[in-house]
Amino acid sequence: MLELNNVKKTFFPGTPNEVQALRGISMKLEDGCFAAIIGTNGSGKSTSLNAVAGSFMVDSGQIHLDGHDITKWPEYRRASLIGRVFQNPFAGTAAEMTIAENIVLSMRRGKTRGLGLALNRRIREEIKERIRPLNMGLETRIDNPIGTLSGGQRQALTLLMATWLRPKLLLLDEHTAALDPKSAAQVAVLTKEIIEREKLTALMVTHSMQQAVQLPHRIIMMHKGQIVEDIYGERKARVKVADLMNAFDRVRRRDLFDASVAEQVLPQFA
Amino acid sequence: MTLVIGAFTMGLILSLLALGVLISFRILRFCDITVDGSITLGASATAVLLVSGCNPWLATLGGMGAGMIAGFATGLLHTHFKIEELLSGILVMTALYSINLRVMGRSNVPMLNSESISDWAEAMLLKSNPTEKISILGWPVPVRDLAMLLTVAALVAFIGLLLNLFLKTSIGTAVRAAGENPQMIRAQGVDNRWMQVFGLAVSNGLVGLSGAVLAQYQGFADVQMGIGMMVWGLASIIIGEALVGKSTRSTGMMICGALMGTVLFRLLIAIALRWGLDPNDLKLVTALFVFAALVLPRWAGKIGRKVFGGRGNAGA
Ligand SMILES: Nc1ncnc2c1ncn2[C@@H]1O[C@H](COP(=O)(O)OP(=O)(O)OP(=O)(O)O)[C@@H](O)[C@H]1O
Ligand SMILES: [Mg+2]
Repeated sequence: MLELNNVKKTFFPGTPNEVQALRGISMKLEDGCFAAIIGTNGSGKSTSLNAVAGSFMVDSGQIHLDGHDITKWPEYRRASLIGRVFQNPFAGTAAEMTIAENIVLSMRRGKTRGLGLALNRRIREEIKERIRPLNMGLETRIDNPIGTLSGGQRQALTLLMATWLRPKLLLLDEHTAALDPKSAAQVAVLTKEIIEREKLTALMVTHSMQQAVQLPHRIIMMHKGQIVEDIYGERKARVKVADLMNAFDRVRRRDLFDASVAEQVLPQFA
Repeated sequence: MTLVIGAFTMGLILSLLALGVLISFRILRFCDITVDGSITLGASATAVLLVSGCNPWLATLGGMGAGMIAGFATGLLHTHFKIEELLSGILVMTALYSINLRVMGRSNVPMLNSESISDWAEAMLLKSNPTEKISILGWPVPVRDLAMLLTVAALVAFIGLLLNLFLKTSIGTAVRAAGENPQMIRAQGVDNRWMQVFGLAVSNGLVGLSGAVLAQYQGFADVQMGIGMMVWGLASIIIGEALVGKSTRSTGMMICGALMGTVLFRLLIAIALRWGLDPNDLKLVTALFVFAALVLPRWAGKIGRKVFGGRGNAGA
């Protein structure tokens, strides 16, 4: 289970560029739950995921995962519990290393690495076995540099790598956004398959309302560094794209309202 | 013939340095200038050990170990004290100048009568051919030189194979990934900073080894001998990449390229010196060469785009 308790993060505190990216995020994600995070640009979706992954240390609040308090753990240590796919299809793999070498790196995620040869025949067969179902013909190319593959193929492999050893939590940050529509659909299907088969606990940021309605069990909507909607259970089953659009409109209108009220009220205090 | 043998021996010795630069510059993508100090450190440590009567192979190993410590220091400065990479190298290199003087006790240690790693090969050769010179293709070659060449060739082959194996181990692949994509290797649960420190230690260990052998070949260690060595290594790997193709990223090809590049570069220099190049101009020529090798492809790309239109990618 993932639990965030009043997590706050401010970038560039005390400068004119100060950004309150997370203003007290609290949530619980049960084991086996697959949640999508949606929200406007700059609402703190990526920052939430990065906070959980440990890309930076949060200013206050606690993060618990699988019974551990990971708030102070460095990023590489959290990786023993967390699998991750980034928005940029090039971020999750080392381009000049071969497909097999990239994958074998993920087969030891969170384990010690010694002076044994990374690859042997048994491991190579295992790799071929597991990438064959992708139906991308990659099993015959495992000794090619991964940089020679398309973005969609790389993203599919990154997803496979993130889940090769079953993670306690899978983090997906708009991992289909940079792909062409066909690859994006392919990777989305693969994501659903893997998450369902392995019953993974997962957090997925997405801009696609379609995806948010179809794939996950739960939808979390963020706005200005806060969670403004949390849709699960019965409500989630009934929710439609139009409902999400309405929810977006509501927060926007509230923003406009806040701004105009502030305009009217401020002069009285000035 | 002596000239060719000399160039080959020197090229092979410096190819160990090139392998070190290959690890830092190409694999870790870390511009590591510690090299200029660690090659001298390897040489001076070995020289002092040899003069005091140590076994030549142990002394050579000692030089290698000293180089590793230097690389370790540079790595720590960068990763744990957050000093810029170039500055970390400069600090260690500068400190090493004094350390080398301390190690040697003066600026130069001659070791004319000390043992060296080639003694064993020399004895073998003398047993089968008890004259001072052996004729190769009709040219008389001093046994001593031949023995050194054979020893160095065997050593370089061994180290090259070992390095290739290392880069394919679990930890070696992690080091390579840390150089190319730190974010990715962190997501795989590896502290990329320690991989960098470790890689730099291996890199400078090879450089120290190169210095250790160089001192035995030249018969002395000198506090100035490291100046410009990093650029030397760079020039060698650039030539190597021209030979094996820059797009080849298999570890074996990279290592072969660096070896061939160093030997070829040394041969070219030997020829240039023969033709009357002033030895004092050597470092200038090397620097100009690296400059040209880095800049010309970019210009060629630009000119290509101008002439042929469209988007060239030669300089990308
Ligand atoms: N590393 C960082 N340094 C400084 N500011 C940051 C950093 N990361 C995020 N921010 C700021 O925090 C705010 C939230 O950014 P975040 O990337 O979380 O938004 P997002 O919801 O993912 O938006 P998008 O839909 O555009 O991806 C933004 O104002 C952004 O500029
Ligand atoms: Mg984002």
